[in-house]
Amino acid sequence: MSLSEDEVRHVARLARLAVTDAEVETLAPQLSQILGYAEQVGEVAADEVPATTHPFALKDVTRKDERRPSLSRDELLAGAPQVEEDRFSVPRIVAEEG
Amino acid sequence: MELTQTSASDLAAKLAGREVSSREVVDAHLDRIAATDGVVAEGDVWSARPAADEGGDDIRAYLAVTATSARQQADEVDARRVAGEELGPLAGVPLALKDVLTMRGAPTTCGSRMLEGWDPPYDATVTAALREAGVVVLGKTNMDEFAMGSSTENSAFGDTRNPWDLDRVPGGSSGGSAAAVAGGLAPLAIGTDTGGSIRQPAALCGVVGAKPTYGTVSRYGLVAFASSLDQAGPFARDVADAAALQALIQGHDPRDSTSVPREAPDLQATLRDGVQGMRIGVVRELQGEGYEPGVEAVFAQALDRLASMGAEIVEVSLPHAPYGLPAYYLIAPSEASSNLARFDGVRYGLRVDAPTAEEMNAATRAAGFGPEVKRRIMIGTHALSSGYFDAYYLQASKVRTLIARDFADAYGQVDALVSPTSPTVAFGLGDKADDPLAMYLNDVATVPASLAGTPAMSVPAGLAPAPDAPDRQLPVGLQIMAPLSRDDVMYRVAWAFEQETGFVPSPTGPRALAATTQEVAR
Repeated sequence: MSLSEDEVRHVARLARLAVTDAEVETLAPQLSQILGYAEQVGEVAADEVPATTHPFALKDVTRKDERRPSLSRDELLAGAPQVEEDRFSVPRIVAEEG
Repeated sequence: MELTQTSASDLAAKLAGREVSSREVVDAHLDRIAATDGVVAEGDVWSARPAADEGGDDIRAYLAVTATSARQQADEVDARRVAGEELGPLAGVPLALKDVLTMRGAPTTCGSRMLEGWDPPYDATVTAALREAGVVVLGKTNMDEFAMGSSTENSAFGDTRNPWDLDRVPGGSSGGSAAAVAGGLAPLAIGTDTGGSIRQPAALCGVVGAKPTYGTVSRYGLVAFASSLDQAGPFARDVADAAALQALIQGHDPRDSTSVPREAPDLQATLRDGVQGMRIGVVRELQGEGYEPGVEAVFAQALDRLASMGAEIVEVSLPHAPYGLPAYYLIAPSEASSNLARFDGVRYGLRVDAPTAEEMNAATRAAGFGPEVKRRIMIGTHALSSGYFDAYYLQASKVRTLIARDFADAYGQVDALVSPTSPTVAFGLGDKADDPLAMYLNDVATVPASLAGTPAMSVPAGLAPAPDAPDRQLPVGLQIMAPLSRDDVMYRVAWAFEQETGFVPSPTGPRALAATTQEVAR
């Protein structure tokens, strides 16, 4: 299939990627070419075949619910780009009520 | 022999016999890195020269060299040995770690601006196992950004060069690890393989590289690209060294929910048993069109060698293998688009400020990711999006099942399978950089085993001329594949083949064998 420039912008928005007009122009034919190649999987008759997500049939893995050592808050916050009052800091997400 | 040209097992024997100290071995490697790898040899952690300095005759395998901690660790191992402590088989031997695995005390960048300067707060399970075994980590190696690529040209910090010819790529994504082992910058290295990222660079650099059975080596601390495919594994100059290194890092890890909860195969017991009486299958679909004539000639010779050692060579078919690459390039980007959502400018790495959270996310990701990572995130996002999921991701996952069944059927007839590892020898820097699909075709022979989760490795098989420079002889790899959890069978075939082939990795690039003993301030 071929992806239009508008579709590229839509996918970029879903992927939270800011794209320039020049990038959109480059990406549209590139992504179309790659998807066109990948679409060959549609030639395989596989309606009755189960999907594989892991080579071994593993069940959900859980651990005992018990206390054990973990990384400290300070160690984890040390790698964050912005920290405020021992928390990750982000721009406002919910608008203030007027 | 130079300490930087010696196999890990020979080094280990010299260390055990106290002929040489770990500190001497580590210093010899640091000297050679300082002289040939294009690093700024200053401070506790040496850094790679900026990408703008490209164009010299350096290999550029390392992004960071942990010089001080490597020397300290070597001194500790030496002290324990002098004290008569029982040490592991590779204690004191140095190693290069792909920069996608976390290690305390050094940055982990994954070859991306997104993580530039991020110091991980914990060791990957692989890193911890190496520390425990006394293996000395020399540094972190260059890679395609977030392991997406087949040439290491997608690194945000500049390319790595093939020690056989510095104008050519080392393969990828673990190109830094492969080039380090080929170029005398480490006797051992760890890489990761999602669709061929250990095997293809091993082939192009003339070294041994193995992707263990999926779930054999813990992914804890391995920054995820495609979680159902990612697997760490060894690079070495010979098969026995690779087996010894895999033995150190494999085993069940409760911290990785996809780690297989059973005993890992014993790789040593049958390593030297030979291939007499084994049935080895040649995969019909993994040859022919797209494979260079030189590669095919070396492959044909490899089959003759295996036959001359007493293996029965039979042709087998993996009918769905031609759909492996299209399926892979839906599954891997889909998983990547989900995994890389974590890079949102909040918890680690880069942030580009913007008024709203969504704009901050989008601006950060636009600035932090390179073009190939963006392409794959976009492909994956599209393949998983409403209306396309069934035709793309789900259909690809069903094809994956059929490929796994093909392998299972084949292993009903044969003990192991072989093919060329890569359809080409090392290509020139920049040759495929503008054609993403042409780059993806490098993975055509390696991707099927990745999708099936089965073990596969590359062993040097000989040299073939470069199509664009016929007087230039470059390495060709033989891919050896085995059934799930039969990594022991894979290594057994590889070891026998190596004995018969007698290939000695000896890159011919201008800096590769130049004995360098430039003194570095210690």
